[in-house]
Amino acid sequence: MSAPADATTALKARFPQVTDRASLDHPAVNVPAADLPVVLQYLRDEVAFDLLADVTAIDWAEGVSPRFTAVYHLFSTVSHAYLRVAANCVSDEAPEVPSVTALWPGANWHEREVYDMFGIKFAGHPDLRRILMWDGYPHFPLRKEFPLAGIETPLPDPDIVAETGAKAIAAPMMGGPFVAAPGEINLTEAEPRAKDESWSERKEKPE
Amino acid sequence: MATDFAFPDTGAKSAAAVAAQEFQTEKMSLSMGPSHPSTHGVLRIQLELDGEIVTKADPVVGYLHRGDEKIAENMTYNQFVPYTDRLDYLAPLANNMAYAIAVERLAKLEVPARCQAIRVITAEMARISAHLLGLGAYGIDVGAWTVFLYAFTEREKLYKLFEELTGARFTTSYTRIGGVARDVPEGWTDRADAFCDQFLPILEQILNLLTRNKIFMDRTVDVGVISREDAIAYGLTGPNLRGSGVPLDLRKDKPYSGYEQYEFDVPVGAKGDCYDRYLVRGEEMRQSVRIIKQAIAKFPGGPWYATDAKKIFAPPKDKILTSMEELIQNFMLVTEGPQMPAGEVYFEAENPKGALGFYVVSKGGGVPWRLKIRAPSFCNLSILPKVCVGAMVSDVVSILGSLDFVMGECDR
Repeated sequence: MSAPADATTALKARFPQVTDRASLDHPAVNVPAADLPVVLQYLRDEVAFDLLADVTAIDWAEGVSPRFTAVYHLFSTVSHAYLRVAANCVSDEAPEVPSVTALWPGANWHEREVYDMFGIKFAGHPDLRRILMWDGYPHFPLRKEFPLAGIETPLPDPDIVAETGAKAIAAPMMGGPFVAAPGEINLTEAEPRAKDESWSERKEKPE
Repeated sequence: MATDFAFPDTGAKSAAAVAAQEFQTEKMSLSMGPSHPSTHGVLRIQLELDGEIVTKADPVVGYLHRGDEKIAENMTYNQFVPYTDRLDYLAPLANNMAYAIAVERLAKLEVPARCQAIRVITAEMARISAHLLGLGAYGIDVGAWTVFLYAFTEREKLYKLFEELTGARFTTSYTRIGGVARDVPEGWTDRADAFCDQFLPILEQILNLLTRNKIFMDRTVDVGVISREDAIAYGLTGPNLRGSGVPLDLRKDKPYSGYEQYEFDVPVGAKGDCYDRYLVRGEEMRQSVRIIKQAIAKFPGGPWYATDAKKIFAPPKDKILTSMEELIQNFMLVTEGPQMPAGEVYFEAENPKGALGFYVVSKGGGVPWRLKIRAPSFCNLSILPKVCVGAMVSDVVSILGSLDFVMGECDR
């Protein structure tokens, strides 16, 4: 078991396809998506990164390629070090990475959440269902093109919908946060009224 | 007079019926929650039962999903502080601190010693408050009402202190990036110290109601055993991991906010059953009191926010109203947010429920590109399908209570 301080050095010697990743705190590496299970298994068994703290993803916005990056945070209960492992998804339209549920059963829910929020498929996942949104929800909310206010969507239960006509509607944004997105300098454009994606003084409230 | 009716041998008859499989022996599906008192919020567990034994448990989460991560991408760093209150709403001060430190790591900003001490004191008070509720509610789950009343009396005293410090009892929103909202009021640390002194004997009373209580032990000992290996494999953290015998405490092993200066012990369980998790929480409250008393004893003076971080922490209000430079600085902070460098950080703090992590991806500017919240309750609940199988239905209540989760944090 090598010291985790040189974990990235040892890792890169063992797997030449692994490259350094820019990071402000913990050591971080980029791994080709196909090699994820092998690399993570090596890290778990040989370098004692035994606790999978977190699995998540980043959407780098539409039109950027590679668009989706899956990010794994490992923690060692032996040396108390963190390691960040990132893998770019190969396809931007149908992103997919291999599942690591075989290594950590705890990855099951994390991967379901990433699938739910970003639509990234985890190949080999035993039960890839939505977890926070309801089954059959048509959108992936954490993708950048999904508006903050939400999108009008029918509710899942047909008998309740038939009885009440209820549906999930976009949220009002009046008085919402006063935000300037990175690179956006026009403050008038950043006002809540300008960013409003649903009803406002100028637009009628949906029934 | 002859009687010609026979007394049926019911025992033999039912044995024969079982042998002939006349009874319905198919499995039953039972939906526990989402509004069930023992699920502590809106958790639903789809149970499959064979008689009284659970053969499959499928937790259904997401009823409290508010899209906090999406919201975070659309507002400045300081605007998100109130949303962190609503993650683990039983320990908002600890969440505030974890979030602030994560963003400060991104800015490579060190806050002064006084600010660190304030944050440690409030976070440990939040831990006591959260564990008191955890124990009180657990007592009710397994049939002990009294604990709850004692625990809530103590929480009320803590809420008084929180209100005095932050202006709010429940949703405190106390930290800012680079400091806290305001300095501690005059005499507040003495009152916090006095609370600790009177709390310790009452804590013993509270724990004595449960620790050797026969009914409580019958409900918890050897119930819901989580092995050391399983606890790590499922990413459990906090008291649930330590209950399974893993001595991992980020305050000790990855110290932040000056925790390395304080002496405290990390309690661990031996077996990993519900009783061990209860004992760990009880002991953690004693250790929290130790930390608070040490922090108050050497409470540092000096500034309570990072005075050199002009583009991050808002200037004092009197300066804003009288000086042009501070007015502009405040205006830029409010409209564009604290200016951060590009890059990514991941920070985990030892919260009452486990390791609360924030993964911040920044492209520069005042708004995060992506903010992922690693919720300990989410990871802790993911072991339910494993630990509930083979348990009785009433044990599920016991297991849920011992995992001590908060759905606001699980669903985000």
